[in-house]
Amino acid sequence: MPEKTGKIVGVNGNMLTVEFEAGVSQNEVAYAIVGEERLKSEVIRVRGNRADMQVFESANGLSVGDPVEFTGELLSVELGPGLLTGVYDGLQNPLQLLAEKSGFFLKRGIYLHALDREKFWTFTPEATVGAKVTAGDRIGFVMEGIFKHYIMIPLAWSGEWELTELKPAGDYRVVDTVAVVRNADGETRDVTMLQYWPVKIPIPHYEEKLLPENTLITQTRIIDTFFPVARGGTFCTPGPFGAGKTVLQHTISQNAEADVVIVAACGERAGEVVEILREYPHLSDPRTGRSLMDRSIIICNTSSMPVAAREASVYTAVTLAEYYRQMGLNTLLLADSTSRWAQALREMSGRLEEIPGEEAFPAYLESRIADFYERAGLVRLKTGETASVTIGGAVSPAGGNFEEPVTQATLKVVGCFLGLSRERSDARRYPAINPLESWSKYPSLVAAAPLAKAREILARGSEVNQMMKVIGEDGTHIDDFVIYLKSEFLDYVYLQQNTFDAVDGACSAARQKLMFDQVLVVLDTKFSFPDKAAARRYFLELRQLFIDWNYLKSDTEEFKSQQAAIEAKITECRSNA
Amino acid sequence: MRKVYHKIIQIVGNVIAVEADNVAYNELAEVTSRRGSSLAQVIRLQDNKVFLQVFAGSRGVSTGDEVRFLGHPMQVSGSEKLLGRIFNGRGAPRDNRTPITDDMIEIGGPSVNPAKRIIPRNMIRTGLPMIDLFNTLVESQKLPIFSVAGEPYNELLARIALQAEVDVIVLGGMGLKYDDYLFFRNTLDAQGALSRTVMFIHTAADPTVECLMVPDMALAVAESYALAGKRVLVLLTDMTNFADALKEISITMEQIPSNRGYPGDLYSQLASRYEKAVDFDGAGSITILAATTMPGDDVTHPVPDNTGYITEGQFYLRHGRIEPFGSLSRLKQQVNGRTRPDHRAIMDSMIRLYSDYKGALEKQSMGFMMTEWDNKLLKYGKLFEARMMDLSVNIPLEEALDLGWKTLAECFDRTEVGIKSDLVREYWPKDAATDGSN
Repeated sequence: MPEKTGKIVGVNGNMLTVEFEAGVSQNEVAYAIVGEERLKSEVIRVRGNRADMQVFESANGLSVGDPVEFTGELLSVELGPGLLTGVYDGLQNPLQLLAEKSGFFLKRGIYLHALDREKFWTFTPEATVGAKVTAGDRIGFVMEGIFKHYIMIPLAWSGEWELTELKPAGDYRVVDTVAVVRNADGETRDVTMLQYWPVKIPIPHYEEKLLPENTLITQTRIIDTFFPVARGGTFCTPGPFGAGKTVLQHTISQNAEADVVIVAACGERAGEVVEILREYPHLSDPRTGRSLMDRSIIICNTSSMPVAAREASVYTAVTLAEYYRQMGLNTLLLADSTSRWAQALREMSGRLEEIPGEEAFPAYLESRIADFYERAGLVRLKTGETASVTIGGAVSPAGGNFEEPVTQATLKVVGCFLGLSRERSDARRYPAINPLESWSKYPSLVAAAPLAKAREILARGSEVNQMMKVIGEDGTHIDDFVIYLKSEFLDYVYLQQNTFDAVDGACSAARQKLMFDQVLVVLDTKFSFPDKAAARRYFLELRQLFIDWNYLKSDTEEFKSQQAAIEAKITECRSNA
Repeated sequence: MRKVYHKIIQIVGNVIAVEADNVAYNELAEVTSRRGSSLAQVIRLQDNKVFLQVFAGSRGVSTGDEVRFLGHPMQVSGSEKLLGRIFNGRGAPRDNRTPITDDMIEIGGPSVNPAKRIIPRNMIRTGLPMIDLFNTLVESQKLPIFSVAGEPYNELLARIALQAEVDVIVLGGMGLKYDDYLFFRNTLDAQGALSRTVMFIHTAADPTVECLMVPDMALAVAESYALAGKRVLVLLTDMTNFADALKEISITMEQIPSNRGYPGDLYSQLASRYEKAVDFDGAGSITILAATTMPGDDVTHPVPDNTGYITEGQFYLRHGRIEPFGSLSRLKQQVNGRTRPDHRAIMDSMIRLYSDYKGALEKQSMGFMMTEWDNKLLKYGKLFEARMMDLSVNIPLEEALDLGWKTLAECFDRTEVGIKSDLVREYWPKDAATDGSN
């Protein structure tokens, strides 16, 4: 194929205008060449014989007349064994290797293979020669950590193929041929363990999408019990700065009961990524006993890295999540923050001089956000297995105001809204998820009736609290006051959770059910108190017993005796009437 | 010799356009007019048209003036000789001494590979209890001081700079009042700190475009020192002026504004500066303290709002004091567990009690009955403000912790402060008069 070329006729920030001769396609990758450097870019608009391209690097030093080479390929990622434990930038460059190669700084124009070409993997064939296969069919596997990483007929190949050769079990590199296939036209192709997929197109190789109905346990009580996330569902965590979005995302990434977790640090602080990079290898996944890193992939395109690559990074991340879904696994993608991604869209849209929508975001913002979240889902694969991609996005609304376009567009398409509030974080009530504003469409761990009851107490407690601010404590009826105390009690002992404590930080499903039942006993009990001071003192004591209980390991003697002490305390003031 | 162009085809605001070939994006040029010559920077290329922002402003530039391209982007010297020197927003000496041209480095370089950063671990001591004790500043942190015009944020920056144990101070002044510039220069000089300081000063009277260069130059110099193993503290004041300069240029360039006239890439622009704060794996560090004035004392204004999402916490300076609420150092947890065993306990309980004091104060102003507990809180709150919050207090962390215990003991019983018993046993002052427990 003759190489398609063009030349630069305009530079505006990270947007290039390029005049080309042969045809180009939308979202095609091209390289702008300046001296020795080749800068990766993507076609985002074509008009006549001119294409507008976003450069994934700084455009400094580019001149009118500089050559551009078109590749004919859409922006794609490498898929194959070895992705887990990887730390990549938005274009899937391995950052650790990049550091070895170019030192402290991210020099532009250096692109490395995402997958190690020299590493050997032990391949076990699982298909029969002569079988008819199509894209996505498994022909064998390698073990990647604890997972069976299936080697497939590349997802991007179309048509039916006949397996004419399958290599015997043994050690192969990702680029070595493990099988040969031939189609009806007589074309033969080599199958390796490495394949490519364009990031902006969802991987469609499944039988059907199913309704997500199983709770994805995150081990955070307020989420699993009150605002649950489903396997294959979507959720968002909007909140002002300092409300604990990132801590919440880190907590979920550590404790969620997913097979593979992909963290996309998109346009946020580098320091937060450094914490993940330096700490995850030393944290162990309680379910497997292995390092947390073994089930994680980190995509980081922090705020000072090029904006166009930031836009690509969420797509890179979701494509990797879909790829592991094809193995029959449950994957969880956490994107922090989707607002930065939306801002990257806005920057490009401004340079393209498109007619702006609200707050200068492009008019297609909503559909882009919807397309992204719709890549989540619970699916039945062709093998009959169910597998899922769950997506959670942090949103950073300007001024902490949820009315802004990104939050609103996100709320339209997600199944669960975990709104973080400044008041709760100022009051150190962590996680600062507002229990009165948040909602979820997914089924909870606990039964609906008691949950409704707990919610009602929270709502009424908040009303009483508002009222007390006006008329003072003295003017409040004691029954109302007790409802307020009950709501505060529920908040302190159940909704709040100490992320940094080994026991309290991760609350299993069984433990949540047990504790919720115990909390429910308190909410259901009718108490009698001589006065408000006594009521307040009683609830403070009860609260302390519960908080201490939260820090005790399940199934220990201390845990049981603490529960007994709680039971006794409840009986102490139970009304006999 | 590079070609000289004589045909300026457009002059809008501080941006001019010429027809020229072989010009690189971001390259510098020299524009010579009757008023003298000025640097200009290429900010857009469109076919054979080159758009340049003229540092000294376009006033007096005529269509027949001379434009000579220099073939390189904006540079600044990274040499040791910069120490003790003062420059303006285009890197020329402001102190009437010779220009420095060795070790020229490009400004606005690429970002640091996250894999080469380390988790910060060293405290920076400032002598201010509100910082050292309650919101510890950490080496390589990026932290703004949110304030309003009229507050002593420049005095605060100067004080921190003088007391911080760092090797080099780089000061970037943007839209600084001339008095404030003299204040910085004289204060640093009087304390003998000028010899380890580099200053890039853009005053309010200087051309707007030069304001945009200041953070990049200051940070490029800081970076070259940090790579040589130095611990560098960068002070930037006032970042709101920088954002306003961005706004001015982007509107001139007919970019579509996003929020209150600011460009859509304000977040990325601020982040690319603040993210220069770093602790290098195997070299020095850069810590950034920046003053950000909040127009109308409104934290949801785009400048402080975007800043808050980028930086690792913020200090609120109001009524001449660092506010205990809202102020936050996100990195304090990295260091305050290794200072003294009572540090975190004192930090938490003193703030909690001060918050209770605010509640009692409100109750008092509403005319509700004051209990004995309320009166204790009122006494405590007054002492807390005088001993901890006043900016004239200047004591090391250990003394501040001792003073904290003394204050608690003067107002409360041992059981009322909510601190773990073993800490109380060790640190509660032995001669405390009001100690009610035995």
